[in-house]
Amino acid sequence: MELLVAIIIGVLVTSGVYLCLRARTFPVVMGLTLLSYGVNVFLFSMGGLKMDEVAVVGMSENPTDPLPQALVLTAIVIGFAMTAFLVVLALRSQGEHYTDHVDGRDDVPGRKDEGGEA
Amino acid sequence: MSHWIIAPVLIPCLAGLLLLLEVRERHRLRRFTGLLSCAALLAVGVVLVNQAWDGAYTVYKLGNWEAPFGIVLVLDRFSALMVLLTAVLAFPALLYASCGDDRKGANFHGLFQFQLMGINGAFLTGDLFNLFVFFEVLLIASYGLALHGRGPARVKAGLHYVVLNLVGSGLFLIALGLIYGTTGTLNMADVAVKAQSLPAADTTLFSVALLLLWVVFGLKAALFPLYFWLPATYANATPAVAALFAIMTKVGIYAMVRVMALIVAPIPPIGQQALWWLGLITLGLACLGALGAKRLGTAVAYLVVMSVGTLIAAFSAGYGSALAPALYYLVHSTLICGALFLLAGLVARGRGEVGDRLVAGPAILGSGRLSLLFFAGAIAVIGLPPLSGFIGKVGLLRTVPEPIYWVLLLVAGLCGVIALSRAGSTLFWRTTGESAGLRPSRRRLFAVLWLLALSPAMALWGEAGLQWAEAVADQLRQPHGYVQAVLGGGAQ
Repeated sequence: MELLVAIIIGVLVTSGVYLCLRARTFPVVMGLTLLSYGVNVFLFSMGGLKMDEVAVVGMSENPTDPLPQALVLTAIVIGFAMTAFLVVLALRSQGEHYTDHVDGRDDVPGRKDEGGEA
Repeated sequence: MSHWIIAPVLIPCLAGLLLLLEVRERHRLRRFTGLLSCAALLAVGVVLVNQAWDGAYTVYKLGNWEAPFGIVLVLDRFSALMVLLTAVLAFPALLYASCGDDRKGANFHGLFQFQLMGINGAFLTGDLFNLFVFFEVLLIASYGLALHGRGPARVKAGLHYVVLNLVGSGLFLIALGLIYGTTGTLNMADVAVKAQSLPAADTTLFSVALLLLWVVFGLKAALFPLYFWLPATYANATPAVAALFAIMTKVGIYAMVRVMALIVAPIPPIGQQALWWLGLITLGLACLGALGAKRLGTAVAYLVVMSVGTLIAAFSAGYGSALAPALYYLVHSTLICGALFLLAGLVARGRGEVGDRLVAGPAILGSGRLSLLFFAGAIAVIGLPPLSGFIGKVGLLRTVPEPIYWVLLLVAGLCGVIALSRAGSTLFWRTTGESAGLRPSRRRLFAVLWLLALSPAMALWGEAGLQWAEAVADQLRQPHGYVQAVLGGGAQ
């Protein structure tokens, strides 16, 4: 269980970081989303992983820690709002610069400064 | 129990909500609401400083849950001082914006209030996760404000700013997760207690969490190598917004100092050491940035970075006596950088098309008064006598006896002189023909004057100011009082 969760977090964060480093806004948005998924799962596991237990004290002998669940809920809400804002901002940037490059550069194929896309 | 402590969060929250409901673009009503809220914050700030000044801590339990389980707000001298500083900066910034800049986009006033709510909350909270939430509140408001007024340059700088801060939020959450995983609590005082008796296996994880916190706070404070977003964002923002943002880097520094003061025992020495060197590097690079700036706004933004480097190096040098002058310098630099951003806005307006770019351009209308203000602001920010920057810098030089700090701080002063005198002579003397710009209105000048006048005031009452700073530092040096106030007598 722990190994599985650790691997999931690792894969999510790796993919997220990779996508964040791309030169286009859409991969960056996706990357940030994956990154926040990874972070949320990490936060979730910080109370200790337990199988088949409720998160209410008194309902079971060995309840799951409820606090990380509350924290994750907050983090998800905030992350959702931020992602929505970022999508709008990316669209705006596209509209202002006529390109989806994060630095607003011209979209000439084969140019050196085009990041990983060339 | 006194309820004043929650007012700095509630007042802007209510004002912001009311401003969101006002959809008919009645600008006078919006401005009045915003300014009223800022004036109320100013009054509450004075009340809070008064309340905190005898050295007692006020702990406010939200929902009346006992300390390690519920969220607490904690008022001590440091947080009271920062809340007051925010109000002192916010009022003139909003006054400046109310002269017309607020019309460039919808919801400026609402965002401004939510920004204030986030900043005040971050200063007052005694809970690490709550600190994260208030950081997000102030960040999402700042995203909107940074983009206020539109324009391609603003959108580009804004995109970088938003993406960087979202990554920063992710790191913050990882750090919080690690802290919760190792200590089982997120209450700052409780973390401080639990950190003393960590099992050996968890010490490394806890140190990693602290180092991650330094990264996050360093990003907010614009510390090398995380400051590259700042000059573009600040220089491209509307002047009033840039002026308010002068306090935002200080939020990062505040959080850093707070955590540093509270959690003393198991900090890996490398954390403090790294901060010291990074602070020095920031200071050095900011000098180069200020010298190479092509716009007045960018030069002022680099001066903000310079003050951040100065402060973080001073706070992490490990000299207890450096705390007081550093706090004095923090207040001074926030106010003066805010004033300079407003002034850069006035200069840009006065020059019309050319804006604040440092090239020969049309003469500025009303340049006599503006150049005088610029001169005063430059002297203050560089740290020449007789204004407050000088007192702050002398205090820092006296209490941080490190040769490299001395050299860098003095070189930074020199670079500031060169950069600002070059900027000033280009802007005010190398003129070509008549201006198509706008004459500065009286209200805008008043806003600048408000902030600038505090510098001579801080110099005149320098002794008292330093004593106040010493009192704040005194409280910071005794984390036991904080812990005891939050957790009750039995904790320590």
